[in-house]
Amino acid sequence: MTSEMPRTIRVVTLYPEVMDVYADRGNLLAVQARCRALGVGVEVIAIGLGDALPSEADLVLIGGGQDREQRRIAPDLAAKGSALRAWADSGTAMLAVCGGFQLFGNFYRTGAGEELPGVGLFDVTTVAPAPGMPRCIGDMLAQSEVPGVGELVGFENHGGRTYLGPQGQPFARVQHGFGNNGDDGTEGAVYREAIGTYLHGSVLPKNPALLDRLILAALRHRYGAEATIERSRDEYAERAHRAAAEVARRKGRPNS
Amino acid sequence: MAGVGIRERGALLLGRGAGEAVRRLGRGGGTALPGLVAGRLAPGLLEACASQLGHGLITVTGTNGKTTTSHLISAAARIAGLHPLHNRSGSNLERGVISTFVGEVDGTGTMPGAADRLGVIELDEAVWPRLLPSLRPRVAVFLNLFRDQLDRYGEVDSVAEGWQRALAAYPFLTTLVLNVDDPSVAALAEGNAAREVIGFGIEDVGVALDGAEHASDARFCVCGATYRYDAVYMGHVGVWRCDACGRARPTPVVSARNIRLGTDSTTFELVVGREVTEVTIPLAGLYSVYNALAAAAGAHALGLPLEATTRALAESGPAFGRQERFALDGRMVRVLLAKNPTGLNEVIRTLLALPDDATLLALLNDGIQDGQDVSWIYDADLERLAEREFRLIVSGDRADDLALRCAVAGLEPRMVERDIAFALNAAIAATPVGGRIEIIATYTAMMAIRGMLATRTGAQPYWESTE
Ligand SMILES: [Zn+2]
Repeated sequence: MTSEMPRTIRVVTLYPEVMDVYADRGNLLAVQARCRALGVGVEVIAIGLGDALPSEADLVLIGGGQDREQRRIAPDLAAKGSALRAWADSGTAMLAVCGGFQLFGNFYRTGAGEELPGVGLFDVTTVAPAPGMPRCIGDMLAQSEVPGVGELVGFENHGGRTYLGPQGQPFARVQHGFGNNGDDGTEGAVYREAIGTYLHGSVLPKNPALLDRLILAALRHRYGAEATIERSRDEYAERAHRAAAEVARRKGRPNS
Repeated sequence: MAGVGIRERGALLLGRGAGEAVRRLGRGGGTALPGLVAGRLAPGLLEACASQLGHGLITVTGTNGKTTTSHLISAAARIAGLHPLHNRSGSNLERGVISTFVGEVDGTGTMPGAADRLGVIELDEAVWPRLLPSLRPRVAVFLNLFRDQLDRYGEVDSVAEGWQRALAAYPFLTTLVLNVDDPSVAALAEGNAAREVIGFGIEDVGVALDGAEHASDARFCVCGATYRYDAVYMGHVGVWRCDACGRARPTPVVSARNIRLGTDSTTFELVVGREVTEVTIPLAGLYSVYNALAAAAGAHALGLPLEATTRALAESGPAFGRQERFALDGRMVRVLLAKNPTGLNEVIRTLLALPDDATLLALLNDGIQDGQDVSWIYDADLERLAEREFRLIVSGDRADDLALRCAVAGLEPRMVERDIAFALNAAIAATPVGGRIEIIATYTAMMAIRGMLATRTGAQPYWESTE
């Protein structure tokens, strides 16, 4: 019955003009394409610097930015922190990638020792690399800790090292690549239906199980726990996923 | 100051020997090896060679258009009676440049006929600051700065900072040729008051885009405010200004007006100072106009006669793999290099001018020279191709990623095939005789398919065969 009714989700993209350095727009494009196939409408609200958030959202997307851009949005984003945390507590689905993930944590400490305040949604903190420490760059393969999401593929490129706090739950375990800090094997963070990750590539198009999980969570936020989506295979996504996994196994830094 | 010391001579001999050995072994390319060997042995070699050039040296750097621009400057120099020394496109890193020089000097380090020679050196944007002190260019052309291979170059801001720092550190009286339409390039004029600056840009809002493209960078002024655009030509390039601090696009000395974009050529009025000449270049797309303007401005800065520039623009044809055309089995095949979002957007804009019966063969590789991070394809506006009915074949090492990107954009590839040779045959089979095949390729994919095309057509590029 519910599947017969036209359904729509509201997607809020945060600072899409500036926080999109690693093609994170691909995540929104993937949500739109998949929802089109599922017959789900997508209402997109783009929030720029200084814009007020709407009262509700079913899915929030934020990408990564250059250092200068990240510094520019950090205070505005932190001011939206309590609203975003309330959304997360209400079960709003979220995907925060790279710089967006860092800013969804407690704070980002720059090389100069300055602390950029974060949203505090994930119990993680990020520190700039010590002088001479290289960036974490390369193909990544990871196993998600979130049920049903499974193997994850993508590319990472970040200087900051992120550490989970006592309440922090990792999103995935790294098999090839660096992940949060290149040391403890964790990748990203998860809080209720909110996911933070260093994976781009873009991450959603070639990780269809993650894409479906976020769309389902968004539908459940809007229409209640009974909402379902039709499982269907996307051959293009599966092939791209397999190809990227193969590349990560061949070229990605092995995680011992 | 042809100061080639004993150390440089030894390095030269060893470097040349290495190059010879590679050629004898029949390993294609290998052009960087002599430079690698010689550069390690004698760091002063580059300066010793470059300083012999009687007409000095011009560098060309920026994200997109280096090869075409330096190809055009070389052509203008040749027409003007000079003997240009020009590095090949794949040789724009330090050792490639050293190899180029090593190949031009004799065993004692002396360059024969150096008095008539002009160095035309294209340089990778990240390498330019390092080579500035050795090359000491008379003229430095800065084309543009787009998001490109973040895994290799880092962020756009840091490349611009590297240029500015190097210019501040080495106060040679290099003339700066700047694309005034790109705010991060135009900003180089600040802090360089002692140097001559020649700006180039487009003066034709008729070819502007409707709005900013997705893949646009440098949206923020150095003062922190957001730029406003009266016209956007590509990415963040256009007629910009900052209302907060009053910075604005300077008026260019060299410009293009009344631009008419064709499928295979472009016509415009070239303005150099007070002179106006109608020019038709055998290259498509607005990005080709920028390359032509950069070449004209560079030639102007060098003091070459305008007549040599206009002839070079009209006659010299495409550079290696940049809109080169081949006649293959009765089809016209054109190779379009696209290695970053803005470049791909420009290629897409060029393709939209074609009739629907063209075949598109799109190639995505993820080698070091392509960028190992293929996510940039999501920054390009492939959605614009969905309105059209082109036959689409997708290939290359990351064909599956590109096919998915196309599917997300609403495009249905006819075939997804990693093997490029196989995909080329499929493209020929799918295209009627007399039809056209447009190949869109990242760098290493372009090199691979261009090699196949050269072999199959008897190495006769279409352009040369029709002259
Ligand atoms: Zn300003």
